[in-house]
Amino acid sequence: MEKFGPERYGPSADVPPPYTVVGRHDMMPEVTHDEVARFNFLTNMVKHISTRVLPGNAVAYEKRARPRFEAQAGHAPSDRREIRRAMSDDPYYKMWSALRLNAMEMRQQAGRSVVLRQLDELNDKAHRLNDGKDTLQLDPDVPIPRYIGAVDNHLMPGSYYTELTEGDVSAAANYDVGIYVTTQGLFGRFTDGAGHGIVKWLRDNHADLAIDRILDMGCGIGHNSVPVAQGFPAAQVIAVDVAAPMLRYGHARAQSMRVTNLTFKQGNVETLDFPDGHFDVIFSTMFAHETSYKAIHRIMAEAYRLLRPGGLHLHLEQPPFHGMPPFEQFLRDWDAYYNNEPFWSTVHSMPMLEVLEKAGFQRERMFETTICAVVDESIFPKAGDFDFGRGAVWYTFGATKG
Amino acid sequence: MSTLDIFALANKKAKGKRPNFLDDPAVERVLSITLAVAGELAVMRERLDTIERLLQSGQPVTQDAIDRFEPSMEEARERAMWQQEYLSRIFRIVQQELEALDSDDTSSEALGSELAER
Repeated sequence: MEKFGPERYGPSADVPPPYTVVGRHDMMPEVTHDEVARFNFLTNMVKHISTRVLPGNAVAYEKRARPRFEAQAGHAPSDRREIRRAMSDDPYYKMWSALRLNAMEMRQQAGRSVVLRQLDELNDKAHRLNDGKDTLQLDPDVPIPRYIGAVDNHLMPGSYYTELTEGDVSAAANYDVGIYVTTQGLFGRFTDGAGHGIVKWLRDNHADLAIDRILDMGCGIGHNSVPVAQGFPAAQVIAVDVAAPMLRYGHARAQSMRVTNLTFKQGNVETLDFPDGHFDVIFSTMFAHETSYKAIHRIMAEAYRLLRPGGLHLHLEQPPFHGMPPFEQFLRDWDAYYNNEPFWSTVHSMPMLEVLEKAGFQRERMFETTICAVVDESIFPKAGDFDFGRGAVWYTFGATKG
Repeated sequence: MSTLDIFALANKKAKGKRPNFLDDPAVERVLSITLAVAGELAVMRERLDTIERLLQSGQPVTQDAIDRFEPSMEEARERAMWQQEYLSRIFRIVQQELEALDSDDTSSEALGSELAER
């Protein structure tokens, strides 16, 4: 089989794989030739900005922004906030930021234009796959928390939860059809590399753990719930999210992939109605940064309550700032200020093990590790070394319950 | 919902104040429009590439054949390399600004004065 990885093309000629390798399931919106071509352009533009434009920020900082800051302040920038102050007026940084912002906005526009022209068909398809199934449990009384409702996460108009019509799945369909543009294939054909990574990590490290019930906190479209359900076919997986469009679409998507040991439930994972000790494993992927300081403490306390003794929870996140060079912290903080990821900066500065301790977990039962995406390496680049989060390798924290 | 409503809805603004990075909002606006046009030219180029490949292989060029065209990995690599070269050309000035920052070039005007010294 042909390879489509950097080893074939060399680092300087590395190009992303074509959109046509993205996995198709029955809920995936139809795409015309030109819609595919638009995603291909945007994928390449994101690639160009991140590999050709972004590195120049370090030059602009050393040659221009830092000397100017030092001349004015009398000392070098000491942390990411001072670096940001030094860089915020730099013309190169501003150009990179403007390009990045436009790329995100263009990706949203491209996805929404695909989805909205076939809105009725997608909603009907979801209804047909979901109708009468008790594995989809919606609750319209679940409120949208301020950390999801106040700004639209990663510039996604309407965020995860907006419903344009009854039974709407458009927010989720847009998420699914266009996420490839920003992930560049690093998360796998079905954007499920993290879920497969969790399955592998559990098998490698906790082979003797009895697993009957698994909870996915903040599941979105269930792209990582599906591989976990597939990896533990004898277990029941419950995937929870506040956003009905994601759950409708995620459930229909899972059904179309013949994954039936997976229930999608509308709820806020700060407080769930399962009994104490109900779950053997609890996990989340790229979820903590979309909550709040108060919420993440409540969520970890709820994880403690919901785990059985001997049960295990783990959470995959972007890397924490601790131990990261301040300039890299500053670059990664862009998302907090400009990509509508408002809690990003705080959560990545928080010692998560202290949060777990407050939630009741014991220090000696906690862990911090990294988990690599497991993807189809015949098509997609292999996950590389830990590189501050741009490759598909995630910081992971968690604990077993005593 | 009419088709025109759908076009507007696809363009909808995300909730949350939009940052303006460039000094003049008018420049910011023109940049957004320019990037969108650049994208549409790339779409047109990829369509042309698809039609050429269909013609070359002797297949009928129908709307359906264009929409169902899947490049081989080698063809996809060629198309992506075209995109990268295209993007390099479009963002030439960004690269050149960076090169200028990293050099201590003199200007032709200043050098001209120097060379004119007797």
